[in-house]
Amino acid sequence: MIALAGFTQSAVNPAGPQSAHIYHLWHLYLWICVAVWVLVIAFLIAGLTRRRPQPQTPDTKLRRSVITATAITIGILFFMLVASIQTGNALATRSFTKPVSIEITGHQWWWEVHYQFSQPDQEVVTANEIHIPVGRAVILKATSQDVIHSVWIPNLDGKIDAIPEHVNTIWLRADKPGIYRRQCAEFCGMQHAHMAMLVFAEPEPKFERWLADQRSGARSSAGAVVMRGRQIFENAPCLLCHTIRGTGAAGTTGPDLTHLASRTTLAAGTMPNTPGNLAGWITDSQRIKPGNNMPPINVPSEDLQPLLSFLESLR
Amino acid sequence: MVRSTGIMKRVTKGVLACASVLVLATLASSCKRESRTLRNEPPQRGLYDAARESTNEPGGKLPKIGMPSPAEGNAYAISQGQRLFDWYNCSGCHAQGGGGMGPPLMDRRFTYGSQPANIYDTIVRGRPNGMPTWGGRIPEFQVWQLVAYVRSLSGSEPSAATPGRSDGLEKKTRAQLQ
Repeated sequence: MIALAGFTQSAVNPAGPQSAHIYHLWHLYLWICVAVWVLVIAFLIAGLTRRRPQPQTPDTKLRRSVITATAITIGILFFMLVASIQTGNALATRSFTKPVSIEITGHQWWWEVHYQFSQPDQEVVTANEIHIPVGRAVILKATSQDVIHSVWIPNLDGKIDAIPEHVNTIWLRADKPGIYRRQCAEFCGMQHAHMAMLVFAEPEPKFERWLADQRSGARSSAGAVVMRGRQIFENAPCLLCHTIRGTGAAGTTGPDLTHLASRTTLAAGTMPNTPGNLAGWITDSQRIKPGNNMPPINVPSEDLQPLLSFLESLR
Repeated sequence: MVRSTGIMKRVTKGVLACASVLVLATLASSCKRESRTLRNEPPQRGLYDAARESTNEPGGKLPKIGMPSPAEGNAYAISQGQRLFDWYNCSGCHAQGGGGMGPPLMDRRFTYGSQPANIYDTIVRGRPNGMPTWGGRIPEFQVWQLVAYVRSLSGSEPSAATPGRSDGLEKKTRAQLQ
């Protein structure tokens, strides 16, 4: 179903300092474990192929080798512990100024995104997609509206749980521009697998432009078909759950649709944002994502095209 | 003689094995899961006649007593109704059942009847002095979920289906308080 090209989701391809720390630790553990495994197997094969020793062999030799092996094991485990603590320390260290602060709220099954600023009119609300500036630190605050979800952008950071009535914080920085996919990493119900998000790491000017676009209200063109679509939206049950800033729709239960057409995917990364997919979603969302909380909507066929024109105009 | 005992043993073993398989199969099939319909009907305008408030009827026909609620006593429906209660802002006027601008829902005094069909009609048609008409906006299955939740607030739903700890206020029966 997903034919989106150009994004990555990989923990072994770090794009920032946080994921690099984790990647180095993972590499260290991998090679230590490989070495230990090779040694153990080598000794096992040696033990199997060696001739049985004389029954009179003194115990001291055996004892010495057991003590040596135990000491080496404890030494390796301590080394790994120290490496792990150092990584944790590096992840928790914050040495940056002017971070971008983003609050992410998990819902069954989509992500609410809230860019926080000291001035209320600077704030941005969107869904299922975040844009971050390359080279600047980002603070992610994760929380949830219903059950426990988990935020994980493998290319950029470690995992962080989104817990109801509680805010967990993590910081990250993208050093390479790109599109990174994020997946809910804590089983959260029927559509857990369809709860993704794309992270766009962009150069600062492009990010600022995106932010300014998102801050403005809906800027749909004033064509007759689009206006008819807006009327349909405002008279249909849509506005009970969705917000389109600049119209009468101010529901807060579902994703904010003010700039729906600027987003790359629909239904939390389930499918590309195309008019056809959007029409399918509006008319029968339960076939695409069974169990999701969007109720069935009765849109007469003559109303569907104007409604789509309106939604597609929300850039 | 010895041989026939051997056969008997084998037959008994076979019968026992078959019987245990049958018992297990029966047990497995009798575990009834609460069924959930995912593809429900969209909301329709009009066409609502769940309950009759008046016995007056031209031609003297017997009034319909009320439509049975498909969500009655269904734990999933009640918990889903609880979410919808906030999502559709019922809590804006009724608070968490304690009442505010709208009447409280925790007591069993319902102005327009406390049967599921009555509450359904209240939500769908609206009532004078402030209750809006939700028919055509909220789909029928969600209205029934709301009905189940509203009834659970006053303890009218079976306790087996209601959560042990509600997120909002909840009327306690005398037995629950003791």
